[in-house]
Amino acid sequence: MNNCLSGNEAVAYAIKQINPDVMGAFPITPSTEIPQYVAQYVADGEVNTEYVTVESEHSSMSVCIAAQAAGARSVCATSSCGLALMYEVLYVAASCRLPITLACVNRALSGPININNDHSDSMGARDTGWIQIYAENNQEAYDNFLMAVPIGEAPSVRLPVMTCMDGFITSHAVENIELMETDVVRKFIREYNPENYLLKKENPLAVGPYDVSPYYMEHKVLEAEAMKAAKARILEVTAEFEKISGRHYGLFEEYRMEDAELALVLIGSSAGTAKAAVDKLREDGIKAGLVKIRVFRPFPSEELARALAGTKAVAVMDKSEGFSANGGPLFAETRSALYDLKERPYLIDIVFGLGGRDVNTEDIEKLFGRLANIAVTGEIGPVYTHMGQRSKEEKA
Amino acid sequence: MGTNDMVEIRWHGRGGQGAKSACLLLADVAGLGGKFVQGFPEYGPERMGAPITAYNRISEKRCTIHSNIYHPDYVVVVDESLLDSIDVTGGLKEGGAIIINTPASPQEMRPRLRGWTGKVCTIDARRISEGILGKNLPNTPMLAAAVKVSGVLEAERFLVDIEESFKHKFADKPQVIEGNMTTLKKSMEEVQVG
Repeated sequence: MNNCLSGNEAVAYAIKQINPDVMGAFPITPSTEIPQYVAQYVADGEVNTEYVTVESEHSSMSVCIAAQAAGARSVCATSSCGLALMYEVLYVAASCRLPITLACVNRALSGPININNDHSDSMGARDTGWIQIYAENNQEAYDNFLMAVPIGEAPSVRLPVMTCMDGFITSHAVENIELMETDVVRKFIREYNPENYLLKKENPLAVGPYDVSPYYMEHKVLEAEAMKAAKARILEVTAEFEKISGRHYGLFEEYRMEDAELALVLIGSSAGTAKAAVDKLREDGIKAGLVKIRVFRPFPSEELARALAGTKAVAVMDKSEGFSANGGPLFAETRSALYDLKERPYLIDIVFGLGGRDVNTEDIEKLFGRLANIAVTGEIGPVYTHMGQRSKEEKA
Repeated sequence: MGTNDMVEIRWHGRGGQGAKSACLLLADVAGLGGKFVQGFPEYGPERMGAPITAYNRISEKRCTIHSNIYHPDYVVVVDESLLDSIDVTGGLKEGGAIIINTPASPQEMRPRLRGWTGKVCTIDARRISEGILGKNLPNTPMLAAAVKVSGVLEAERFLVDIEESFKHKFADKPQVIEGNMTTLKKSMEEVQVG
């Protein structure tokens, strides 16, 4: 089915097709439309989801945790400060091994207050034990949400999945999209039949009790093993998804990387803008390419090192600050991934797009210019800089 | 930066006037007509009356660029009062056009356009919508004017596709479809090109 939908409507439509047992619902810009559309589906009788309206995001996630623990398939959506308010219970969801699916519509965190896109919300939650998959556009937002269900629910994984898309840029942009037939979706995601759950009468269990030191670490190791196992499961699911959709996905997307000497590593909608810049540079004979990270948790470390092994200079583009005084989170992961390579490319970090600051093809071309210079001279200059940052004297 | 086979449109309006809705509707209708489309708003602080910008890209190939549009082919100004505070012709391509909601003629508007020498189009969207729809809903006339002036969609096909879209959008109030269709047709006739 060919259609034109915004990213939010695309994810809401995916939820309709999944027809989850429970949705914990609390609105926050720019994710508000997702629960809004689902509320309409519920009112129109198009889904039989138990739609639970609550007073905060801490509660909407708690609803999902309780429902999933009881053996129900549950979904949620949020953004920014809403995700931050869920922080405590995100860990609970992951450590209780509850495969909830959450749509995170990426938005800057306060303060200063800002409603526009960057990745500081989900990057802040990167160590909570949730799988994280990022979308470039509405199609990927839809596809990722559908794939999240069989990824998280697999017995080898049993972890919650956060699918992320860029607030406004993707969530509020109407673009062409190919939707799948609902019966195909249902067959793909299958019935949810967890092995153990709270209300199973043959084997009733407690979920989330106190864990003493002699056991806590073992449970954390199991969780860490599940995150490692998720990589293989993600690739199984993407292969299965390709068969029914014709769309190919991996842990990341390599764009014109075959013989690339200069490369970017980035996440989200800006990767699309950067692809257009890469095309232009290729026309001029410059060997440019990019790697768009789709799966940030588990981080595809060895695979990324292989993809970048032949390059001369690489710029990692972080759409969140991180305040590590040592570059953003994507930079830290990428630099760590490259450590074991015998010959490493030069590496710099560019923090960009904070609070909705726009990035266009010219910005990307300029960045490639800097990489070309680094590749020739070996002079990196400042390792970690902010794209388009004005001096005190310059006005917006 | 758009390529040559892509039409880029920038909308200027005020929160509550429907510039964003018109932009998304144009994307929807062009998509129905088989084009690859983008329609997206740029938000500042959300409040009624604040200036807002919205953008369309319409092309034969899928466009992966997700930045704002800095060099549009067409600019649509839904609220005339924005001309004094915003550089609406900024970056507008030489062969392009600006379309303004005003009772004035293109000749009268030109001196207010900061030296813009290209095509100027005007339409009295308020009068048309108040006359037919009984309310000041300037976005429908402006959408019609944008399609007519840009030629990005073939007029007959546009009217067929948008009626389809209205039937979906106004499923619970079909009585408004006829007025909107009349408004569109009248606006396409009335837009002045100077």
